[in-house]
Amino acid sequence: MRRRWAWPAAGAAAAAAAALFPLLVARPTWQNAAILMLMTAQLGVAWNVLGGYAGQVSLGHAAFFGTGAYVSTLLSLKLGVSPWLGMLAGGGTASLLALLVGWPCFRLKGHYFAMATIAVGEIVQALVNGWDALGGAVGFTLPLAESGFWGFVWGRSKLPYHYIALSLLLLTLLVNWAVARSRIGYYLRAIKDEPDAARSLGVSLTRYKLYAIAISSFLVATGGTLYAQKELFIDPGSTLSTSLSIKMALVAILGGVGTLGGPVLGAVVLTFIEEASRIVFGGTGRGTDLVVYGLLIVLIAVYQPAGIVGFLRARWPAREAEPRGAGARGEGAT
Amino acid sequence: MSAPLLEVEGLTKRFGGLVANEDVSFAVGEGEIVGLIGPNGAGKTTVFNSLAGFFAPSSGEIRLGGLPIAGLPPEAVAALGVARTFQIVRIFKSMTVLENAMVGAMLRHRAVPAAARLGYEMLRFTGLERRAHEPASRLTVAEQKRLEIARALATGPRLLLLDEVMAGLTPSEVQEAVEMVKRIRDRGIACVVVEHVMEGIMPIADRMLVLERGRKIAEGPPAAIASDPAVIAAYLGEEYRAPGA
Repeated sequence: MRRRWAWPAAGAAAAAAAALFPLLVARPTWQNAAILMLMTAQLGVAWNVLGGYAGQVSLGHAAFFGTGAYVSTLLSLKLGVSPWLGMLAGGGTASLLALLVGWPCFRLKGHYFAMATIAVGEIVQALVNGWDALGGAVGFTLPLAESGFWGFVWGRSKLPYHYIALSLLLLTLLVNWAVARSRIGYYLRAIKDEPDAARSLGVSLTRYKLYAIAISSFLVATGGTLYAQKELFIDPGSTLSTSLSIKMALVAILGGVGTLGGPVLGAVVLTFIEEASRIVFGGTGRGTDLVVYGLLIVLIAVYQPAGIVGFLRARWPAREAEPRGAGARGEGAT
Repeated sequence: MSAPLLEVEGLTKRFGGLVANEDVSFAVGEGEIVGLIGPNGAGKTTVFNSLAGFFAPSSGEIRLGGLPIAGLPPEAVAALGVARTFQIVRIFKSMTVLENAMVGAMLRHRAVPAAARLGYEMLRFTGLERRAHEPASRLTVAEQKRLEIARALATGPRLLLLDEVMAGLTPSEVQEAVEMVKRIRDRGIACVVVEHVMEGIMPIADRMLVLERGRKIAEGPPAAIASDPAVIAAYLGEEYRAPGA
């Protein structure tokens, strides 16, 4: 019985630590790293709805992130719409794009689906790169002028961004939790485990995968708007790149696919590794993060396919039957 | 007498040049148990896959309660009341035993608590209720086969397709399976049973169908089938003699 409260307690402690961090640590680079960590975690949790629960590994989610960033930015620059509304509009647009893309792509299985999503991500990036009305390769710079809540811009302090990123992460976790406990969540896990058996029980694979990608892309797009408002600059390289897509998948896989807290753990670990490699190798670390991603993927695939959460569950197996079942390598536990 | 629950007329399924089923016709009445036997490769599982919507027949008709269902996808056929098990078990391994049954129950019970209640009831029906909260992957193969039945029953079917649920079971487990099929029939659910275990299917079947090389070669009560020379030559061999014949 004691174990039942271990995970929620750890989660509450982590949330409290994240809330207090910027008040206790004043150094701007660390504050910035903490915001990036929260934003990365939010993207990983959002990715997990499709890639983790439904088992449909997408490597094109940057297209949805970019949609969120571009829609809110364009609405704000051209029409003066508040980025908060832009965030919702960006999410809706990303969901529509996801349904459009998902319809044909979900006919493909496993690796072929993943490859198709890479193509989608690359096509969207190429399209924006060559489209002047969308800023082309130059991108957009957002004005610092209208500071405050409704404008979603703060010049002097990073604190508001930290708390918005934390709130967005908690909201995304809440959606993820609600989905996992609903009929949709059960169906997604059934589809991941045994698609033919799921169909024989009346589950339409395409319909539920489309639900998953619509939810996942909406949440990822809200992260895109937050990114645009925090950086006040977007271009295809920073919001639509395939390495960003890989990063979303990686934090979820590193932490533990199909688990609620896994992507958060993955984001914490990955951000530490990235910051460390930046300090060791210097510069922006453009090349080195790809090396780190590749190395991590190989290590997880070989040693711990269930990720960090799988590793923890194997170390401390629950005595009571746990709702999600044991980690993939349960028998390896002592 | 009302129209039969399931009518199959001239069912033919080709894969390229290979004819897996050719001109197969039969009917299944409400609450009837029909055995489907034949040598390996005779096309029994192909019939199941066509009935359950996994294959679109090359030609022929399948009607459920008078409604044509040939070519509908599996999820639509399931919604109309056809449930199945798989020859090689396909339980949801990342879920608990109860969660497996709940996925079946969710077809007609959208709310999770209602699905859990019905799922638990089906576990009790199949004798798995004490394992409800264990990971499904921890069950033995015999228990996993029962779980597939519980999951299929939870969808509230009118017709249940059982694909070799007795294969590999011990004699006492076969007896339990036989009793369970009878209890399923007693709930008013018709069963089509593909089986190699003759001791399992012969005593309970109202009717037997025999397939060989994709064609139906015999149909009738178990006793008649067991003494049919064509069936003995094709499949049963000299060893199996009908108990009553």
